[in-house]
Amino acid sequence: MEFLIASAIGMLTACGCYLILRSRSFAVVLGMTLLSYAINLFLFASGRLAVAAPPVLGQGSAPGDPLPQALVLTAIVISFGMTAVTVMMALGAHLSGGDDRIDMPRADRVPPEERE
Amino acid sequence: MSYLPILPVLLPAGLGALILLLLGGRPGAQRLVSLAGTAAILGLGLQLLAMAGQGQILVYRLGNWAAPFGIVLMLDRLAALMLVLTGVLALAVLAYAIGSGWDRRGAHFHTLWQFQLMGLNGAFLTGDAFNLFVFFEVLLIVSYGLMIHGAGTMRLRAGVQYIAYNLAGSTLFLAALGVLYAATGTLNMADMAARVAQMPPGQGGLVGLGAVLLMLVFALKAALVPMHFWLPATYANAPGPVAALFAIMTKVGVYGIIRSATLIFPDMALLPALLLPAAGLTLIVGQTGLLGARSLGRMAAFAALGSVGTLMLAVAQLTPQALAAGLYYLLHSTLAAGALFLAADMILTRRAEAWLRPGAALPGGLAVLYFLLAIAVTGMPPLSGFLGKLLILQASWQSPAMVWIWVAVLASSLLAICGMARAGSVLFWASRGAPLPVARGPAPALARAGIGLLVAALIALTVFAAPALRLAEATAAQLMTPSAYVAAVLQGQEGVK
Repeated sequence: MEFLIASAIGMLTACGCYLILRSRSFAVVLGMTLLSYAINLFLFASGRLAVAAPPVLGQGSAPGDPLPQALVLTAIVISFGMTAVTVMMALGAHLSGGDDRIDMPRADRVPPEERE
Repeated sequence: MSYLPILPVLLPAGLGALILLLLGGRPGAQRLVSLAGTAAILGLGLQLLAMAGQGQILVYRLGNWAAPFGIVLMLDRLAALMLVLTGVLALAVLAYAIGSGWDRRGAHFHTLWQFQLMGLNGAFLTGDAFNLFVFFEVLLIVSYGLMIHGAGTMRLRAGVQYIAYNLAGSTLFLAALGVLYAATGTLNMADMAARVAQMPPGQGGLVGLGAVLLMLVFALKAALVPMHFWLPATYANAPGPVAALFAIMTKVGVYGIIRSATLIFPDMALLPALLLPAAGLTLIVGQTGLLGARSLGRMAAFAALGSVGTLMLAVAQLTPQALAAGLYYLLHSTLAAGALFLAADMILTRRAEAWLRPGAALPGGLAVLYFLLAIAVTGMPPLSGFLGKLLILQASWQSPAMVWIWVAVLASSLLAICGMARAGSVLFWASRGAPLPVARGPAPALARAGIGLLVAALIALTVFAAPALRLAEATAAQLMTPSAYVAAVLQGQEGVK
C-alpha cells in the first residue's frame, strides 16, 4: 500500500508540475488541480497509513490519527474555491486579451513605438 | 482571559459582511463605515501594542481549548508591531482610495478591503501553523479580487499570473505543513518548537526538509529571488491604492520567516546560509530593475523588491542586533513603498501614459513629494531609510559575510539613486507639454491627507528613531528567547478542558 500511495502522489505531482510550467492558462489550471490532489493524498499520509483504524477513541485497539483528515477537508475546500477563482480570472483575461497565454506580453514592458 | 487579541480579526470580518449585506447601494455609508472601521482597527492595534509593549505574551485560546489541541492567538511585541503597521498603512491608503475615487471603479471595494485586513491581522496573530495557512488563503483570495479591481486587459492578465504563482505557493505550504506534522506530530507553533528542540541529533532530517519547504513558501510571499517573478507585473498593474496596500503583503512573508526561524528552528544554521544569498540577489535584482524600468509602475514595483532585499539582508542574519535593525527598516520600507505607489498614482492621473518619457508638465508640489519619497526609498539622509540602512550596515559588522553585505547595500543604493533621479528628471524636468485637465476625485483633500499621513509617519520614524529602535530591540530580544513564548502557550493554562 505504501508503494501505491507514494507512486500515486509522485505521478500526480510530476504531471502537475509539467502542466503548470506550460504557458497556457487551461493547462495551468489542470496542473494546479492535479497538484492539489497530490497534496491532499500526501497530507492524508502524513498521519501514517493504517487500515481499519477508526479515528475515534474506544472503537478499536489502535485508533487512527483524526487530524490529517480534518486538514485534508480544509485543504479540499480551499483548493476548490481557489480553482473556481482561477478559472473565472483566466476566462476574463482570455476574453479581454484575445489569447490564453499566462506570461505577460511585451506591451507590458516596452512603449508602443519601440516594439518591432 | 482578555478578548482583545481576537478583535482585530473579528471587527473587519463583521464590517466586511455588514458593508456587503446591509449597505449594498449606499456608497456614502460604505465609505464612512469602512474608514471608521479601519481607524478603529488602528486604534485596537495601538492598544494591543501598549499591552504587549510591557513584554508579556498574551494568549487567546479559541473556545478555551487546551493549547496543543485548540487554536491559539498569540500577541507578542512583533505581532502587535505588525498590527499597528498594517493599521497605519491601511488607514492612509483607504483615505487616498476614497479621496481619489478609486473605490468606485469596481464592485465591492470596501468589503474586500475589510476582509483583506482580517486576513492580514489573523496571519500576524495566529499561533497555529495550519491556521496561518488558512489566514494566508483568506488574505490571498481577497487580494486576487483587489488586484483586478477596476479591470482592464493587462491587469487581468497580471492577475492570472499572480494567482497561478500564489496557488503553487499554497500547495507548497500544505506540503511543508504535512512534512512538519509527520515529523513532530503537532501543528501548534509553540508545541512544534518544543518538540523540535527535544529531537535527538541525527533525527532532524524530516524537520530540516519541512523547514526549507516552509522558508520557500515565505520567500515566495516575500518575493525573494528566485521566487520574485510574480511581483513586478502584479504591483505595476494593480490599482494604485491596492499596490500601496500590497506593500504589506511582502512583509507577511518576511514576518513568516522571522517567526518560524526564531521560534521553531532557532538553531538551524542552514536557514541563514540559504536566505542571505537570496536576499543579496533580491536587492541587486530589485535596484537594477529600478534603474532599467521603462514605466512608472514597474519602477515603483522594483523599488519595493529592492527594499525587501535590504530588509532580508538584515533579517536573514538572525542575530539580535541585525533583527532589530531589520524591524526598524521594515517599518520604514513598508510606509515608504506605500507612499511611493500613491505618489505614482497621483502622477499617473496627470499624465496620459505610464511610460517614463517627456509628457505633460506636472505641478511643483508633486515634484517635492516625489523628491521626498525618492530620498526615503533610496535611503539618503535625512529620512528614516538612511538610518535603517546605517543600522543594517552596523549590525552586519560582525557577520562573516560582512563584505558582501556592505558591497550589496552600498552599490545597490547607488543604482537606486540613479534610477530615481533618472525617472524624476524625465517626469518633472523634461516634461514641458501642456498640463492635462485633471480628473479630480470626489475629495482631493482626503486623498492628500492619506498620502500626508504616510509622509508624516516617515518623518516621525526619523525624529523618534531612538524610541522606535528601542522598541525594535526589545522585540528582537523577545524573539531571541522563544522559551518565554513556548511557556506562555503550554504552561499554566487556565480552564483546560
